[in-house]
Amino acid sequence: MIRFLFFLFLSICSQTTFAVLPIQHWQTSSGAKVYFIESHNLPILDVGVDFVAGSGTDKPEKSGRASLTLHLLDLGAGSLSEDQISKTLADVGAQLSVHFNQDRAGVLLRTLSGEREREQALGILSHMIQRPDFPEDVMERERTRVIAGLKEAETKPEYIADRTLKKMLYGNHPYGLGSSGEITSLSTLRRQDLVDFHRSNYVSSNAVVSIMGDVNYAEATVIAERLSKDLPKGESGDSLPPATPPISETKRISHPATQSHILTAYIGLRRDDPDYYPLVVGNYILGGGGFASRLMAEIREKRGLAYSVYSSFSPLKEMGPFEISLQTKKEQSEEALKFTRDVLTNFIASGPTEKELIAARRNIIDGFPLRIDSNKKIIEYLAVIGFYSLPLSYFDDYVKAVGKVTVAQIREAFRRRIDSQGMVTVIVGAIEEK
Amino acid sequence: MKSVPNFAFHFLGTQIAIITLASLASFATFANPHEYILANGLKLIVKEDHRSPVVISQIWYKAGSIDELNGTTGIAHALEHMMFKGTKKVRAGEFSRRIAEAGGRDNAFTGQDYTAYFQQLHKSRLSLAMGLEADRMRNLKLTKEDFIKEIKVVMEERRLRTDDQPRSVMHEKMMAVAYQSHPYARPIIGWMNDLENMSVHDAQDWYDRWYSPNNAVLVVIGDVNPIEVFSLAQKHYGKIKSRPVPSLAARKPQVEPPQIGTKRLVVKAPAQLSYLVMGYHAPALRNADTDWEPYALEMLAGVLDSNASSRLNKELVRNQRIASSVNASYDFAVRGPSMFYLEGTPSEGKTVTELEVSLRGEIEKLIRNGVTEEELTRVKAQVIASHVFQLDSTFYQAMQIGKLETIGLSHRDLDVMLKKLQFVTAEQVREVAKKYLIDDALTVAMLDPQPLEERSLVPSFSELRH
Repeated sequence: MIRFLFFLFLSICSQTTFAVLPIQHWQTSSGAKVYFIESHNLPILDVGVDFVAGSGTDKPEKSGRASLTLHLLDLGAGSLSEDQISKTLADVGAQLSVHFNQDRAGVLLRTLSGEREREQALGILSHMIQRPDFPEDVMERERTRVIAGLKEAETKPEYIADRTLKKMLYGNHPYGLGSSGEITSLSTLRRQDLVDFHRSNYVSSNAVVSIMGDVNYAEATVIAERLSKDLPKGESGDSLPPATPPISETKRISHPATQSHILTAYIGLRRDDPDYYPLVVGNYILGGGGFASRLMAEIREKRGLAYSVYSSFSPLKEMGPFEISLQTKKEQSEEALKFTRDVLTNFIASGPTEKELIAARRNIIDGFPLRIDSNKKIIEYLAVIGFYSLPLSYFDDYVKAVGKVTVAQIREAFRRRIDSQGMVTVIVGAIEEK
Repeated sequence: MKSVPNFAFHFLGTQIAIITLASLASFATFANPHEYILANGLKLIVKEDHRSPVVISQIWYKAGSIDELNGTTGIAHALEHMMFKGTKKVRAGEFSRRIAEAGGRDNAFTGQDYTAYFQQLHKSRLSLAMGLEADRMRNLKLTKEDFIKEIKVVMEERRLRTDDQPRSVMHEKMMAVAYQSHPYARPIIGWMNDLENMSVHDAQDWYDRWYSPNNAVLVVIGDVNPIEVFSLAQKHYGKIKSRPVPSLAARKPQVEPPQIGTKRLVVKAPAQLSYLVMGYHAPALRNADTDWEPYALEMLAGVLDSNASSRLNKELVRNQRIASSVNASYDFAVRGPSMFYLEGTPSEGKTVTELEVSLRGEIEKLIRNGVTEEELTRVKAQVIASHVFQLDSTFYQAMQIGKLETIGLSHRDLDVMLKKLQFVTAEQVREVAKKYLIDDALTVAMLDPQPLEERSLVPSFSELRH
């Protein structure tokens, strides 16, 4: 059962502490990858299971299938009704959450670590991921609710902006599909579609089990076996086509809201991207670092044009979006967009200053302990490390790599990767031309 | 950043809830909080949590929108924004920059009952955070130029969070109807017209009136030694002189006159789905030891809505399918009066009126037949588990302490509260439902969704690639 076992000793902060965060890693008998950190500080156990089952695995005509499948896992499984499932979890105070993006679908269980609570909660999780029932009647009800939610979302400027932008940015690439699907595609989904999807994508060979908290190694191995031995067998994952640069365009869409929602984007980072660190550190300076960032300084602090303005990279298996987002009073939306573009163009042309880089490095490196100061935060990292097959030395690598990034690397990477003339832009709530 | 969250104090679900459980006594990392009072009246509460080499420092001022007057609503929050505009020693924007350079995060939030500022950073940098925070407690430099720019940001925040969010608009208008005299009738962020007419003098007045060590509570949680934190606090805050600030007990009570009949309002906004909010006036917790009704109301909210198989979701969403979502909520940890809410989105083809009838039906059923031991036991299990789960976050632990301290309760009441919740009986739950969920104390708000006109692509200068 145990294929290999690693320990990672991590020194985070040079000044005063030597934090240790040992990740243990092995594979279960059915091939699921397990990542475990033992911690007995709190009587809590967090367990996550992730699959290659995000919205990027949907086909356009079945868009919404991946998200509906995940949504239905706890609404009937192992012959237990949805009501039995929620009661059984609530009786021991356990909590379930899900995470879902273009690449992955995951379930996260948080339970007290006492044997009674833990066993009862894990029993439910085990059924959910390995033996979901997808009851026809429940599926019908949930489909109706999801469609109602979509119709509501379609009246919201932030949703309209995001959907329009993603379609412009990704065209026919699966990353352009809506995460909950479209009303038309959802309407044609059948129960069998979900059953098939579970069989093809919730397979042990692409499952990642993350375990964090108050169990020992022997208990963790039993838990991981239990959660994976009855998963469908099969080949892991469909392959995604690479994302290609968009056709530059600016869309202005009317909306009765008082503010315009402005988004401008380009294709950005892959998880295993060689430009990962220069772009991430550079983005902190450009618009990721809150009040320390240039966008915030120019748009909010200097001009009072927006409450929130930021830029972000969302690294995925293929290139995730690089996106700048702000909202401003309708009448000044063109002005705000112009200043935002100026900040970006200027940053790409000249890069950051040495002083900005030093400040950014300090924030990211010295602030690293804050990213892993709770079980909840750590298990989220474990899931990402496992899902994207990042090295077990990820935390250590991250801090070291950030420390090595130079001004020239950032400037060069931004110039090569972000074409400010080639961006796609959406303004929802634009002033109508008279 | 500098935001206006409406922090609830629920003991269930994902909300905030921390109590040092007897069963956790064996976990040595969680010593009881230590409390100190400086000579100038500043209260310091330190809680050790040695899991990670980090610390959170939060300073809570007992001044929120509840303390505002008509004409300057939103001033507590506007001042919160201005607190980042510098002092004699620290230039505008420099506060956050220094914290960021030290690897930290900082932010602030304003509520009905308080305004709070916090920094999270490596434990070795606590002194930096305290130094900066103490400096702006007394030395803030307010200028007209900064204010004019910042109030625009606040107005953008209002547009973003309220004006363009149908449910926020509805909540704001509902409060204005439900309360006829109590300041909870007014929005934390302030009426737009008040923001438009606010001046730097208003900000200065507010700052001078409330920002004083004897009106503040400093909460520090993390990998720290309490005695050392106390010395640091002495060093940074000790020299700030206290000012006359009315204690919570000395402030005007502004008791809301009794409601004498159901109030109703309709709010039109661009949306697809309708929405219903029913709010019943309900008591808040005043004495953690002797009160029992707030605990019973908390349990009532739990029986109705604490997990997917709770009454409201099971009956109205899953069985009858009259609603797309429903929820019940109640927060007893407030300085002013509280309210018990029932809310929901009707399913397509169903109306808010039908949903209201169904919700009332559930309440009547509960009053008639009571709640089962099984239901109550389940809610209690969730309460305990939630408490333990929240110990994973120093931020939430600090939030809970700060919130209690700024409404006139003590952080020590947390233990009492958890114990009392475990003793609530089924009969008490039925009793408070019968006493408080009555038509005379009810305000009903309905969202009347207005269709968006066919969305048009605004024809304009297109910017194709060149």
